[in-house]
Parts: sequence; structure tokens; C-alpha cells
Amino acid sequence: MLAEIGQFTLIIACMLSLLQTFYPLYGVYTHNQSAIESAKLLTILQFVFVSLSFLILSYLFLINDFTVTYIATNSNSLLPWYYRLSAVWGAHEGSLLLWAFLLSLWSTAVALLSKRLPIESIARVLAVLGLLSVGFYLFVLLTSNPFDRTLPYFPIDGRDLNPLLQDVGLIIHPPMLYMGYVGFSVAFAFAIAALMEGRLDSAWAKWSRPWTMAAWVFLTIGIALGSWWAYYELGWGGWWFWDPVENASFMPWIAGTALIHSLAVSEKRGVFKSWTVLLAISTFSLSLLGTFLVRSGILVSVHAFATDPTRGLFILSFLILVIGGSLLLYAVQASKVKSRGRYSLLSRETMLLINNILLVAALIVVLLGTLLPLVHKEIGLGSISIGEPFFNRMFTILIVPFALFLGVGSLVRWQRQELSGLFKPLAITLLISTLATISFLFTFASYFTWLALLGVFLGMWVLTGVGYELYVRATHRNSLWKGLTKLGNSHWAMSLGHAGLAVMVIGITMTQNYSIERDVKLEVGGSIAFEHYDFHFDEFNDLQGKNYTGNVGVFTVKHDDKVIAVMKPEKRIYTVQRMPMTEAAIDAGFTRDLYIAMGEMLPDGSWAVRIYYKPFIRWIWFGPLMMGFAGLLMMTDRRYRVKKNKNAVVQEA
Amino acid sequence: MADKRRILTLLIPLIIFLMACFFLFKGLYTDPRKLESVLVGQDVPEFNSPDIYDLEKSHGTEIFKKQKLLLNVWATWCPTCYAEHQYLNQLAAEGIYIIGMNYKDNHTKAIKWLTDLKDPYKISLFDKDGMLGLDLGVYGAPETFFIDSTGVIQYRHVGDINAHNWKNELSAIYENME
Repeated sequence: MLAEIGQFTLIIACMLSLLQTFYPLYGVYTHNQSAIESAKLLTILQFVFVSLSFLILSYLFLINDFTVTYIATNSNSLLPWYYRLSAVWGAHEGSLLLWAFLLSLWSTAVALLSKRLPIESIARVLAVLGLLSVGFYLFVLLTSNPFDRTLPYFPIDGRDLNPLLQDVGLIIHPPMLYMGYVGFSVAFAFAIAALMEGRLDSAWAKWSRPWTMAAWVFLTIGIALGSWWAYYELGWGGWWFWDPVENASFMPWIAGTALIHSLAVSEKRGVFKSWTVLLAISTFSLSLLGTFLVRSGILVSVHAFATDPTRGLFILSFLILVIGGSLLLYAVQASKVKSRGRYSLLSRETMLLINNILLVAALIVVLLGTLLPLVHKEIGLGSISIGEPFFNRMFTILIVPFALFLGVGSLVRWQRQELSGLFKPLAITLLISTLATISFLFTFASYFTWLALLGVFLGMWVLTGVGYELYVRATHRNSLWKGLTKLGNSHWAMSLGHAGLAVMVIGITMTQNYSIERDVKLEVGGSIAFEHYDFHFDEFNDLQGKNYTGNVGVFTVKHDDKVIAVMKPEKRIYTVQRMPMTEAAIDAGFTRDLYIAMGEMLPDGSWAVRIYYKPFIRWIWFGPLMMGFAGLLMMTDRRYRVKKNKNAVVQEA
Repeated sequence: MADKRRILTLLIPLIIFLMACFFLFKGLYTDPRKLESVLVGQDVPEFNSPDIYDLEKSHGTEIFKKQKLLLNVWATWCPTCYAEHQYLNQLAAEGIYIIGMNYKDNHTKAIKWLTDLKDPYKISLFDKDGMLGLDLGVYGAPETFFIDSTGVIQYRHVGDINAHNWKNELSAIYENME
């Protein structure tokens, strides 16, 4: 009965979002004030009903109602309660419901937090968001209903959640990622609303900036979490695989990064406006495309071969309607936008333009790498695969100009910069970063490679540039300490975000160049040594978990004859799905990780063991964490909290 | 005039997007069909799969080379398989040689199913991780492959076999195989 109620509330939410799309718009065009005002109420009501539906599904998972097909295929009564709860979004149907729920959450946030905006603008924005909601509700209800029953032959117990997904990282990773994906719908809705209104000004950029930043923060953290999860759970020690599913989340991130920079220019200088709108549309379109690629099974991989053309066809039609419609609107309306601001060739505007061009180039690399195999097959040239080497080479090339310009970009003035004024900063930054690179490599690298030199230098260049810029701005009028305290939050956010990128670049460089991976045969009592580390295989025990059995190895690790860690890698067999899983043991550190994964037992009773030494790998996730924090800091900047002066908006309009 | 040219420039993103959609649309349909056309007329791919009653014992492609037969993919989690099962029992009683492939399933439940509902299969393979299913391009259960006595796949039927479709089309395909 409860499942039917859940489905029913979902249908009501769908109806409400339909109303939310058309009634307020009707109000805007007929100047019917109460219809315009209704947008907020409808949005909140829709949120209430979809939340009910989501809560009901979660509750059904908790009470193990295996008459519901989705639960029977993705849960099991032996599963701990928190995994039963995260199993709600463990597969297709539930993750779409989560998507619809989050979309409505963002819409409600817009409805409640945008008191400073003119009500007509909010009504338009909410109407666009409503239309997106309608699409997702229909998709869930028509092709992927999580409330379908297995009657009459329901199973006594469920098939269990995929063991790979039974992990803390996976409880939070998909909701974070989806918050990011879905959050870009707000930037999209603002852009479409502005196009409908024919009003693209700095006020528009100012309103949509914190929302875009919020979505970007979620996506950044979500992707970093996913990478971290892959690292410790998949047991290969890799942190990024250029898998189509990963690329699907990386593309909106790149576009979103370009968007937050371009929005900054549009807000401060009033230029790049039509470009910014195109980026806002593209970013959300790429989020939708990501869903299409992942959910339609169009990119067949070993893990996803349950292809279902009806679902793919539905998403594709939705894509054509939403993206095609907005690009058409863009073509018609953006031609009316005139950029008024002027800037010379050497200026902050140009620097940000270069940033955008490079990001778009990176985006095209990922997009082509993901879609080209598909196109290639369709035009009859046979199947090809574009793998890691292609992406790695392209990104190694692109990061060089990107980091070089980033290091000096924030030192360049808006509008116009004299070339002579840049010599001193450039010389100082070059000197300090070269010294820093040499001492860093001297301390941490055991041998020399050109790529490591390049990567560490780029990181140091950016860090020095950031530090120098802070110093210059702070000492412009005051003493250093006083000046630093006077800098605004968004200034700190910029510095911190850029430093985060530098930290990540250094982490990637060190991990890629200095990792040591050993596949060894070890028996109990044996040991292996490298890089001052000594791994001793002490014992091998049985393991009994709640829904799995297995074995655990115990290793004592010594560094220069001092015991630094006892590591316990596991081999698990999940009882219901009979799926063997490797649980790697990781000893994490600021400058290095040690990683042990048990392989197979060999006929003579010894074990194949993989031991990795991964220098600076934590920095790869620490960098994005800094970027995410920087985004939060930027949203707290004063200018987004100050009560808006009503006259200012009227004038700008 | 200048405005018109501007609109044309601004239309470029839309045109690129529509072209991309064309390929996505084609990709949506060609992939599974390609799998089908690749497999029909080909030998059953090489494999090694345990017997459901004796996991130590394993079968390879030699089991397909004796006579024409049906390879039925089933699982206990699949309600349609339950409906199909009675008809398979009837076909087996009529002397049709059927090999079963239990697909991504719980071993205990599968054995219970076969003992409770009667076992129509001459040989039962246990494909617990779905690897043989992957090689065959199975998209779900139930699915049935028609294999001739030389081990070549002649037809693939997606969905259940019932009295209706067996009499109308499938039995003819079966009779025409060597």
C-alpha cells in the first residue's frame, strides 16, 4: 500500500511542477500578480510531495519490503541499515528519483532565498526549473518507476546491493555529485529567464553567481570523493580512469569552471555576457548529457550492459527539447545583446578569456574522447577506443599554458595593464618558484624526470603567483597584516581556489612520476623491502562480517627499522551475490600513501600481493577540497548578503 | 544584415548539438542489434562454466556440438522465468534438448527452484558473475538461443517461450535447424 502512496505523491508532484511551469508564466504575460506570486508556493508544495515520495521509498528499503522490484534487486535483509538507506540511490530508478528530489530542493532554495530579486524574475526562473522537473518526473513515472511491485512471485530476500557500492564513500558520493549536476540547473534557469526577458545585465550575473558557485562546490567535492572511493575501493590504486562515467561528470565540471570565471567578468565588467549565457546553457546541458550517457547504456562497458532503448530515447527527446530549445532561444535573443565594456589586449579580461579558451579546449578533448568512438562506429569506420594515453597527453599539454597564465592572471589589472608593470612581478615569481621547485624535488624526489620538473614548477609558479598577488594587494595601502585582514572573502576565495589547483597539480605530478608498484609473491612469514620500507607478512586469519566472509592478512611495515604501521588488507566474499572483493589496506600520510591489496592465493599456499608506494597522492584530493572551501568562502562575500538597493536594479533594467 | 550574420553565428551551437543528437540517436539503436547480428551464424564463444549441481565440474563449448538444442537463460529473480518454466518442462517432455544457464543468481535458490519445479535441462550451467552472459550478449532473463548440432547460433529469442510463440514461429525455426 505504502509503495502505491509513494507513487501517487510522485504523480501529484509531477502535476504541481506542470502548474509551476505554466501558471506563473501566464501571470507574467498577462500581468496577473497572484499568478506570478503562486510560483513560490507551487514550488514548495511540489517539494513537499516529492520529499514524501522519497521518504516512503527510503522507509520501504529500511523495512525490507521485497515485494517492490527495485528493492528486491538492490537490497538484502542482511545489509546494515545505513547501506539499505544508501541503496535507495544504488541503481537507476532510485538515482533518478534522487535527481528529481534534489532538483526540487534547489528550486525551493531559489524560491526561499531570492527575496532580493524582482518577483517576475523569480517566477520565470521557477517556471524553467518546473519544466525540468516535469521532464524528470515523467521519466521516472513512465520508464523507471522505483515503486513497481514484483507480485505475485516476490522473493523472500533481496539480491543485495552491489558489494562495490557497500561503502561509506558511496553513501555521500552520488548525492554530492547530483547536487552539483542538478545545481547547474539554477544557473541554466537564470540564463533562460534572462534570455526570455531579453535582459542580460550585470545584475543577472550577480544573482546567478552564488548559485553557480554552490553547484560547482558540490560537483568539485563529489568528483573528488568519487576519485578517492575508486582509489581505496577498487583495489587498483588508481585515482582516475578516464572512464565514460567519470568523463560524464568531468565535462560539466570543466564547463562550470569556465562559467564561474566568465560570470565574474560579466558581473564586474559587463562584458562576455552572451558567452556567459552560452556557458550556463552548456554546463547544464553537459550534466543532462552525462545522465544520458550513463543511463541509456549507449556507451556499453563491461559494467553496464543492461541496455534499454526506451529510456535512452526518452532522455534524448528530453535533451533535444531542453537543450535544442534553449540554444534556439539563445540564437534569437543573444543577438540583441551588446557588450558595452572595452578592454585592451593586455588586461584581466584577456587573461580570463584565455582561461575560458583553454577550458573549452579541455572540454572538447574530453567530449571528443568520450563520443568519438561512438561517432566512429556510426560512420562505418569500425570500433575504436580512445584511452588514457590520449587524455593524459592532451591534458599535460593544456595544463602548461593554463597554469602559466593563472600564475600571473590575477596580477594583471582590469581593462588595461602596462606591459612594463609586469616585469618585476614576473621576475620575482619566476625566481621564487624556480628555487621552490628545486628544493622540493631535492627533498622528495629520488631521481629526476623532465615531466616531474615541469609539473612541480607549474604548481610552484601558481602558488608563488598567488602569494605575491596577496602580498601586493595587502601592502598597497596598509601594512602587511592590516592589509591582509582587509581583503574581502571573495579575494581570499580566489587565492585559495588557485592554490588548490596548484596543490592538485603537484600531487598528480608526484604520484604519476614517483609511484612504486610491486606485484610480489609472499607467504606468511615472508617480507619485501624497497625505498627504506620493509613489509612483513605476519599472519593470515579468517574474517566474518555481517553479510560477507573472507580472510585478512596482517602486515607489519617498518621504515628504516622502525615499525610505523600494521596493515590489514582483506579478501571478502559477499554471501548473497557470491562476489569476491578486495579491501585494500592503506596507510595514509601527508607526503605518501602505502597501499596493500591481496591478490589470489597461489597453488603453493603463498599469496600474490600488490604493494604500492604513492607519494603525495593525498594532495590530489586535498587540492579539490581547498577549491570547494574556496567556493564556499566566495559565497559568503559581503556583496551577496547586503540588502539590495531597489533603485539600482530599476536603473540597470 | 550584420544582425542576420550574428544570428547565424549564434546558431552554430544549436547546429553542432543537433548533429551530436543524430549520432546519439543512431547509437541508441545500433548497439544491441550489432550484438545480435554478430552472434547469429557464429559459433558459441569459448567459455568455461561450472555445472550447477557440481561446481567442481565444468563445461565448455563441446556440450553444444552433439545435437541441435536450446540454450535457455534463466534466474530465480526473474518472474517471467517462473511462468516460462512450466512450458520448458513440457518441451523437454516432448524430447527437445534444452541446456539451462542460470544467470547471476543465488546458488541455493537456483537448486531449490530446480528441485521444486522440476528440471527440464539436460545440462545446467551456473553463470554466477554473468561472464558467459556477457560473451553471449544477454540483456536479461529469460532469453533463449537456438544452436544447431555444429555449435553455431542460429537464432536468439528475447523474452519467454510460451505455447503461443512456440507454435507460431519458434518451433519452425527449431525444426529447420540441422
